[in-house]
Amino acid sequence: MIELKNIHKTFPSKKNGEPITALSDVSLTVQKGEIFGVIGYSGAGKSTLVRCVNHLEVPTSGEVSINGNVLNDMTTEQLRQARQNIGMIFQGFNLLKTANVYDNIAIPLKLTGVEKSEIKKRVDKYLDIVGLKDKKDVFPNQLSGGQKQRVAIARALSHEPDVLLSDEATSALDPDTTDSILNLLLKINAELGITILLITHEMHVIQKICDRVAVMENGEVIEQGNVIDVYSAPKHQTTRRFVNSIFPSDVPKAFIEQLESEGPIIDLTFVGTSADQPALSTVSKRFNVDTNILSGNIVQLKEHPFGKLTAHIKGPKEETDKALAYLEEQGVQVSEVEQGYDSN
Amino acid sequence: MTVTELFDRWGGLIVDATIETFQMVSISLIFAIIIGLPLGILLVTTRPNKSFENKYIYRTLNAIINIIRSIPFIILLFTLLPFTRMIVGTSMGVRGVIVPLVIFTAPFIARLMESALLEVDKGVLEAYEAMGIKTKDIIWHVMVREAKPSIILGITIAVIALIGATAMAGLVGAGGLGDVAYRFGHLRYEPEVMYFTIIILVVIIQLIQTIGNRLAERAKKD
Repeated sequence: MIELKNIHKTFPSKKNGEPITALSDVSLTVQKGEIFGVIGYSGAGKSTLVRCVNHLEVPTSGEVSINGNVLNDMTTEQLRQARQNIGMIFQGFNLLKTANVYDNIAIPLKLTGVEKSEIKKRVDKYLDIVGLKDKKDVFPNQLSGGQKQRVAIARALSHEPDVLLSDEATSALDPDTTDSILNLLLKINAELGITILLITHEMHVIQKICDRVAVMENGEVIEQGNVIDVYSAPKHQTTRRFVNSIFPSDVPKAFIEQLESEGPIIDLTFVGTSADQPALSTVSKRFNVDTNILSGNIVQLKEHPFGKLTAHIKGPKEETDKALAYLEEQGVQVSEVEQGYDSN
Repeated sequence: MTVTELFDRWGGLIVDATIETFQMVSISLIFAIIIGLPLGILLVTTRPNKSFENKYIYRTLNAIINIIRSIPFIILLFTLLPFTRMIVGTSMGVRGVIVPLVIFTAPFIARLMESALLEVDKGVLEAYEAMGIKTKDIIWHVMVREAKPSIILGITIAVIALIGATAMAGLVGAGGLGDVAYRFGHLRYEPEVMYFTIIILVVIIQLIQTIGNRLAERAKKD
């Protein structure tokens, strides 16, 4: 659906001649119908990346193709046509202040040559989908942030695109409003079959709606895969930091060193069905060990629950080994916390 | 002298002068907007990193506008005499003063339009670009539309500056309120005429600014 091949982007620097590299060798593929998330800290290049997809930012080198059509080869006119098939929503909503909700959706439709009778139908249809049917005559300044984003989403959908790009669309919203916008994105993905590529700096957004995720740092994709895989086995340190940010485990180091003399301290990762089984309590009943949970949390990913515990297993070595083997049998991922364990 | 006497004696003269001022202002304003608004758009769209980036057009336009704006109207009026005669056939009367008034006001309006258009949120322009809308449509339906409140306020400022400039129109025999105040009030020393015209000018300016503010407020829609 969306294919980015070896995208490089450099910007000329203002001060000295050294160009600034925003993206280096980024490749990723977004499948039809999925919600793909790109996460990274600010300055990682994710915003440049999403803007390259519709050539708001033209890549220095590399190829962008959507539905097999390569954007790089297009004339200005072809690019304009192609963009009508790529919806985009922004952190700042970007609505016309001088136009009411109806016109905010109708004007772009008119300018892209949609017929009058069709415009009315579409505005009604998509305002209904985003739940703002009764706000037609209201001006953006009278709307809340969440409502403005809904109008922006309706505006993007009204062109009936195959793809929706989201550039930090929930970053300016409070947590409740963020959730309601995310639910709306899930709904349009499911009901209209629109492929969504979103960028964010919030793990929450990824875990709630994304099927796959790419992690970016310094203009590169450092890790990508199914959300569940990246969450349960993060390979890169930055990815671990993101995952750890939702599992705060600030167990004091001195405490850990003391406990380690009496048995292993382990990280247990529960994925899917293993998350709702009381594996740890079974362990202490079946084997001659005591378990002590040091920290833990369970989050709901889009399809599966996903949990992570840091626990201390106290007992003679042969018993603790058996206990760990049993846990692994139950589908729990077990990894021993390394010496000098640090929450980061 | 009572107010009635004042009106009897000078009323006709002042009414005629007011009409002349309005003629000069409205005709030159229309031409100045027709020239100034596109120039303002050109200034905004040809600057670096904008849709029609072109440093030659941008720099030349900038320089020309600055040069014209450096010249006080009274000097511009005389400098342009031959040019005016060439364009409209005469350098005298209302017709003769329109050309210098337009040349004086258009660059001013271009600058006011430039600053009004630069205020428009870049994100909105980008959103429309991302929707695959033609640049000319974005300029007209987004940029100019969103800048409308500032454009109206800018034009209000330009109208007031124009009224000020028309005071010099008497020098080429175009009449107007400024001319009456100067000829009768100053040269013939009839101070009540001077005060009379000042009061009328104050009322006109107040009225124009109020109307401008109201229209701008209404265009804001919030």
